[in-house]
Amino acid sequence: MSVGPATPAVTLRGLRKSFGTVEAVAGVDLEIADGEFFSMLGPSGSGKTTVLRLIAGFEPPTAGTVLLGGRDVTRLAPFERDVNTVFQDYALFPHMTVRQNVEYGLRVRKVSRDERRDRAAEALRSVRLDGLADRRPAALSGGQRQRVALARALVIRPKVLLLDEPLGALDLKLREQMQVELKALQREVGITFVFVTHDQEEALTMSDRVAVFEHGRIAQVGTPAEVYERPATPFVAGFVGTSNLLGGDAARTVLGREGTFSIRPEKIRLVGPPTAPGRGAASDAPELELSNPTAEETSAAGRVAEVVYAGATTRFVVDLDAGARLVVIQQNLTTSSAEVAALRGTRVRLTWRTEHAVAVPVPAVPTPLVKESAHAYR
Amino acid sequence: MTLSRSARWLLRGAMALGLAFIYLPLTIVLLNSFNADRTFAWPPPRWTTGWWARAWENAGAREALWTSVQAGLGATAIALLLGTLVAFAVQRYRFFGRQAVSLLVVLPIALPGIVTGIALDTAFRSVLAPLGIGKGLFSVIVGHATFCVVVVYNNVLARLRRSGGNLQEASADLGADGWQTFRYVTFPVLRSALLAGGLLAFGLSFDEIIVTTFTAGPGVQTLPIWIFSNLFRPNQAPVINVVAAVLIVASVVPIYLAQRLSDTASGGRL
Repeated sequence: MSVGPATPAVTLRGLRKSFGTVEAVAGVDLEIADGEFFSMLGPSGSGKTTVLRLIAGFEPPTAGTVLLGGRDVTRLAPFERDVNTVFQDYALFPHMTVRQNVEYGLRVRKVSRDERRDRAAEALRSVRLDGLADRRPAALSGGQRQRVALARALVIRPKVLLLDEPLGALDLKLREQMQVELKALQREVGITFVFVTHDQEEALTMSDRVAVFEHGRIAQVGTPAEVYERPATPFVAGFVGTSNLLGGDAARTVLGREGTFSIRPEKIRLVGPPTAPGRGAASDAPELELSNPTAEETSAAGRVAEVVYAGATTRFVVDLDAGARLVVIQQNLTTSSAEVAALRGTRVRLTWRTEHAVAVPVPAVPTPLVKESAHAYR
Repeated sequence: MTLSRSARWLLRGAMALGLAFIYLPLTIVLLNSFNADRTFAWPPPRWTTGWWARAWENAGAREALWTSVQAGLGATAIALLLGTLVAFAVQRYRFFGRQAVSLLVVLPIALPGIVTGIALDTAFRSVLAPLGIGKGLFSVIVGHATFCVVVVYNNVLARLRRSGGNLQEASADLGADGWQTFRYVTFPVLRSALLAGGLLAFGLSFDEIIVTTFTAGPGVQTLPIWIFSNLFRPNQAPVINVVAAVLIVASVVPIYLAQRLSDTASGGRL
């Protein structure tokens, strides 16, 4: 089948899936371009894994269609679809060696023994596991199992690779290392990756585009920068990064504008009292004048409620006089831990560039900002 | 936990005593099968293999052994089939009454054999006999199968739980159709669990006496029943010792193998 370059690798139209009375996927429309690293981000129970399973064909959708490379595969079984999955728990076959696991997809396709051996060896090399081909999965570490699962899926050269929270079971160091490796691997093989995760940092660092899921729907699709800097809803603002929302009276007082606004915590500068670092002893108190919304910069006065020292950065929670609570993250460039701790309870002034307070449209039906509780969605 | 020196020795002693209480009598049976004295004088005055030769020539014992093997194989076959099917249903699907089915399948192993026996006896005599299915070897096989299903079910279910539900999905995802998935993944993963369950089931059936008493038709005599009915005939005593010795060995081997193969030693009357 000839496919033009413009044909998306994956197209979802009006996709819905209900389990009993629970609607896990409530109408998803999406196009994923060929060769894209696409992440589906959301809290557990938001429907992202179900969408992945609908693409793979493990579940039939209640409504809607799934197209792969322009072909309708909605009614096809998993083995008839040109996609492969890396499962969250890897699902390696315990009774087979690493090599047999990797060869499996070729074996069931009746590929000759020699070709199987060569391609499996090549796939294992690409994930740097060539020395462990004769081991059983039980004798491997978590990170190694992860690589076997990758090699097993990639050896068939699918059009699309689906990854269901593949790094979730790894410890932090290994996860960061695998993030870099996965991204490099994706560039190398040029296969479309659809990556499910609940880790916003993972999604932001690896993806070409991110879809943020909420209650079985996509709340926003965009590049990591778009999703982070211009969140489409309060939910997205809260789920991707730390949520600093100013609304109602606080927005009117501080910004002089109507609506709800998001300010990322690292965009805010915190200016402390005279004894605080970075200030001379010239004045008695910080100038706590009201903000001037038309100026290049906006500022607001408040009191530091909490100080959390985190090594490279410090996190301040500041209660504004205008009646909102903002989180500020500052790099510890010249300040020491004792100096930042001394700011607890003091009066400070917060300053940010006016353009960094981004208007966030509030949906007609307001959704709770708290992460929804996990419910059975499989 | 670290125990004091005296507590350690006390516990070791208790264990040795307990094991001795179970296994010394069995050892005596084994030794007595070679005891030349007809009344089993202890210590044995002389040793002989004559009882083994006599037992081998005993037509009743040989016939009973063959009946037991048939009953064991039949019950094991039924247990393997039904136990595996139920385990799959319970593990893979969520349906109304799933917990109840699980309980009902496991229950027969806990029910007193005499209750199962009486119930089956009534069923065969008053319900099934008019339909042409009377008591015979078949009724023994069915009776044994009621509790043999449990051990297969437990073994297979434990294996399915441990191996995770999505091996089949992974296989299908990699391009295998239903038959290939069964042949390359499902069956190989279950193989040792099936073997372990089957051996346990056979062991259970082989030494069953209570249910057998109630379900065996006239002329159908399994080895345990034969032993029981010959127990009080003085001149058969040496032969019974030999048969008992054979039964001990015949039970130890499958149970040992099953233990090595299964994930969890399934409880119950072994």
